[in-house]
Amino acid sequence: MSKERNVDLAKWSGPKRPYDLIKELVIALVVVTLLIGACAAIFSSPDERAVTLQQWSQTAPSDFVATTTGELAGTTISAAYGPPYNNAAEGLKLGPLKLQKWSGVTIPVNPSSDFVLTPLKSSIDPDVATARATWLSASTDQQTKWAQDYAAAIETAGDASKVTVDATFGPVPVLANGLLHLAQEGSLDGLLTTEVTPLPGDFTMPMLFLADGGYFDELGATKHLHGDQWGMMNETGSYPGQSWLWMFSFLYQIEPFKSSENADSEIFAMLMLLTLGFVFMPKLPFINRLPRLIPFHRLIWRRYYRDNNL
Amino acid sequence: MTTMWTTKVRRATIEKIDPQDALPDNQPSYVASWIYVFGVATLAALVVIIASGFVLTSKGATWWHTSSVGHYWNSVHLWAVELFFVFMVVHLWGKFWMAAWRGRRFQTWVTGTFCFLGSLATAFTGYLIQGDFDSQWIATQAKDGLNSVGIGSFFNTLNSGQALLLHVALLPFVVGIIVVWHIILVRKNGVVPPLDAKEIAGGGK
Repeated sequence: MSKERNVDLAKWSGPKRPYDLIKELVIALVVVTLLIGACAAIFSSPDERAVTLQQWSQTAPSDFVATTTGELAGTTISAAYGPPYNNAAEGLKLGPLKLQKWSGVTIPVNPSSDFVLTPLKSSIDPDVATARATWLSASTDQQTKWAQDYAAAIETAGDASKVTVDATFGPVPVLANGLLHLAQEGSLDGLLTTEVTPLPGDFTMPMLFLADGGYFDELGATKHLHGDQWGMMNETGSYPGQSWLWMFSFLYQIEPFKSSENADSEIFAMLMLLTLGFVFMPKLPFINRLPRLIPFHRLIWRRYYRDNNL
Repeated sequence: MTTMWTTKVRRATIEKIDPQDALPDNQPSYVASWIYVFGVATLAALVVIIASGFVLTSKGATWWHTSSVGHYWNSVHLWAVELFFVFMVVHLWGKFWMAAWRGRRFQTWVTGTFCFLGSLATAFTGYLIQGDFDSQWIATQAKDGLNSVGIGSFFNTLNSGQALLLHVALLPFVVGIIVVWHIILVRKNGVVPPLDAKEIAGGGK
């Protein structure tokens, strides 16, 4: 297939047949529209209500308090993320390439301040204001010790409400419960989205906070949306989802990607490579000869082959 | 040699295509297979996607959560996208097994692949702006993949406003241009002959 044949290049001078292009398009449009309309009427579409911080705090208060404590301790996913949110880590690598690090911090997020301490300014509880002032006046080491001790106590007790609060934890229990109350009354959802403008369109802050908790993750698992459940191509309910992302999802199921710390960047790179192969497929040796080697084309043009005794 | 820009553009565009090629009323005899239906079916599904997208856009991003009529239009949009991809994938496989890039049709193949890739990005941003649990989940999961290679610095999946504008303005515009370009190339170059079509005298355009 390296040398172009005249018959492929030239305007076809062989037999022709009538072909009404516009009629074909109109018929296709009518048939496809009816098919889509029927699918929409029969199968509808999923509309699982979005999760709010209020819902999280009311349904799983202990998880909410533990996550808040984790934000103060700097141990959550967001707090330890790296670019584009902060410099807490370098992020993932692609061999020697540190693309995540090099991309820089373009969406600054300081979880302890943005998710906890700044929203708590809105609390009318004087104990919260005192606790906030105590926290801010303490050294970083002291802050971390308070938060880590409280996080450990919650983990040991299994529930934040069962922890016996004492001075070991400093102001952390008051701060965490103060944020819990803000969330339960519904204020926190607004506070985390209106820092830039009162008409929000950016949900980075509440979504990062929500995703740091166990509640959101468990919801994803029950809706078969986890990566090991081929979640990338699923959607809620029994709908086809983004089935066209099957290759993306498939790579997460196999080694070496499955157990790699840099799976995200490696899979992305692999897909870019496959995409290049897809675009330049006609130029790839052997691949571009497959249509000749496996003669599906004889099925496609069977009438032509039959009429011409080929 | 003309110096007029208008003349140059006309010669480079309109005069390059024979009216009979642009809107043909006949085709080579080999253009007789069900596989050809999938190209036009893809186009028809795209028309429904755009039309239902217009309705959803005109009523606002949250309309479909509160109105049964809106929910139906959302369902139309969703199923149009699902069928669009089914038709397009069959069309692409068909073109592969036909080795449809022959006869200097490589550019047609490339624009087709760009249509597919552009559609992936457009569909992805659509999933991000539904305003439901799916959007939340997809946004939080996808951010890690994009951040890992630095793309997250430019495109924040958690920023619904950015995803909304990409989905209803920028990406449809880009995909639309590529689709039109693809169709022009298909009409200009004609339908590729069968792999074993007999050589004909002459050659060249």
